[in-house]
Amino acid sequence: MFLQQLANGLTMGVIYALIALGYTMVYGILKIVNFAHGDIYMFGSFFGLFLVKTLHMPLLPAFIVAALATATLGMIIERVAYRPLRTADRIVPLISALGVSTFLTSFVQKVWGTEMHPFPTTFGSKTWTIGNLAFSEIQILILMLSFALMITLQLFVTRTKTGIAMRATSMSLTNASLMGINTNHMISVAFAIGSALAACAGIMVGIYYNAVYPTMGYMAGISAFTAAVLGGIGSIPGAMLGGILLGVIENLGGAYISTQYQSVISFSILIIVLMIKPTGIFGKKEINKV
Amino acid sequence: MKLKNYSKLLAGVLLLTLPLFLQQMNDYVLHIAITVGIYIILSLSLNIIIGYAGQFALGHAAFYGIGAYASALLMLHWNVSFWVALPAAAIITGLFGLLLGSPVIRLRGDYLGIVTLGFGEIVRLVFVNWVDVTRGPMGLPGIPAPTLFGYTFTEKTDFYYLILVLAAITIFVVHRIIHSGIGLNLLTIREDETLAQSIGIRPVKYKLMAFALGAFFAGVAGAFWASYISYISPDGFRYMDSVNILAMVILGGAASIPGSILGAVILVLAPELLRYVNDYRMMLMGVAIVLMMIFKPSGFWGEKHRKTNFYRLQRGERKP
Repeated sequence: MFLQQLANGLTMGVIYALIALGYTMVYGILKIVNFAHGDIYMFGSFFGLFLVKTLHMPLLPAFIVAALATATLGMIIERVAYRPLRTADRIVPLISALGVSTFLTSFVQKVWGTEMHPFPTTFGSKTWTIGNLAFSEIQILILMLSFALMITLQLFVTRTKTGIAMRATSMSLTNASLMGINTNHMISVAFAIGSALAACAGIMVGIYYNAVYPTMGYMAGISAFTAAVLGGIGSIPGAMLGGILLGVIENLGGAYISTQYQSVISFSILIIVLMIKPTGIFGKKEINKV
Repeated sequence: MKLKNYSKLLAGVLLLTLPLFLQQMNDYVLHIAITVGIYIILSLSLNIIIGYAGQFALGHAAFYGIGAYASALLMLHWNVSFWVALPAAAIITGLFGLLLGSPVIRLRGDYLGIVTLGFGEIVRLVFVNWVDVTRGPMGLPGIPAPTLFGYTFTEKTDFYYLILVLAAITIFVVHRIIHSGIGLNLLTIREDETLAQSIGIRPVKYKLMAFALGAFFAGVAGAFWASYISYISPDGFRYMDSVNILAMVILGGAASIPGSILGAVILVLAPELLRYVNDYRMMLMGVAIVLMMIFKPSGFWGEKHRKTNFYRLQRGERKP
């Protein structure tokens, strides 16, 4: 029972980690919380549903196309709602993000309706058992695909020129642009990658729970943000570790305390982390200039 | 009397006699007017927190809901009169403001936003899941209407005058607070917390005060709503409702009393007038919020002096 809950928690944890990466990458560069990220995740899920259900696309190409489309959406959102506000008060882009989030939710509600949609796929029906542990096919897909994506991302930011430029930008926007890095381009890349990962997470959750609905981004957004804060917002390995930890804690809490209040657990963790160690596990200390 | 005072008097008389003009019409217009009144209280109460204290709070519908549930439960379970239940519910909601505020008030803007967002969701979850007390998703029906000297409020006109009085009191109190020492301290903290601390103002104390006050007035609105509509359910106090109230504050203009009133009027009337675009209402609102932030972040009727001269002198800034 305990091990099984651990395994289920791990599955949800890697999903949180994928979404949290989007928060953390944007925060690392722009120092703003992308409030619309949960809705980007939701949109990715719906777009995947559209590809599989309406266009009868096989699962793998659907993942790729949905990720590309959602990445484009992320870049458009950045261009339209955040870039014009880069020099404004801190609170201004937050409210603008809220506008984007409201727009996306109601747009999806208008197009697909407010109800839950099942994800029509035959994938994931088989179960594998190792001892007492039962893994469904979809759980194995989630774990493998998520780890593959995370390793690719890690290689991308440490080994490629764009990745290194992106890290330089997150250290200091001004200095990076003085070194000849096109920082606007780097911000776009961060949004694109974060949104693509969120879309993959969205589709996987859609298949896992066999339900896609317009307000699904809301709680997932809060949980993933908690994961990002837990790991240290701005840190890529932090988001991965934070996501996995949160998924496991939430699942164990849900199993042993109460499933109805499962989201209360992540919310409480958020408050506790923010109060005791706001920099998270891997976070760097921010210096307050007076 | 100055022209400004004449116009205020005229507006007052118009508002007081409005039901007389409407006698020919159905109750629909009065219902809209009452809704506007409720949202004026709500947007003003959120404006204390966001506009004057500079605290980015996103779960205002939760306070509205706590007020409504507290008042409804007091009236249904203990037969408390409306005139006691309303202030009691407001105080209870204010205490919840303190309860949420005290651990999180030190958080920076965006973190506070997420935490209050989560708080709103938790309150809704409690309404849905605490079936023994709240009857869960079925909601609470049969909330009694207010009675005054044996007269029961049944007509829309009665409720109209009641909300007119409540909104006027709220406007008056918020106005007095903002122009008192407390208000000035709040503004100083909003503009520069370090500076405020250095001249002996305790930011945490004043921010908490703003939080409790904002929650208190949201509680008033909630308690009124519960008795007016006589049925409440968790569906009325969702995240989208918080966004709706926030949009009123932002579109009208943060840190401005006329702004909040204008925001409430616009956002209650717009969907009624534009019924044929009702499906696109939230979409339009999202676009409007983004456009407003890009082109006019201070709102339609925002604060005239975004930053005080004192602050500008301190920082050597030229641009307001």
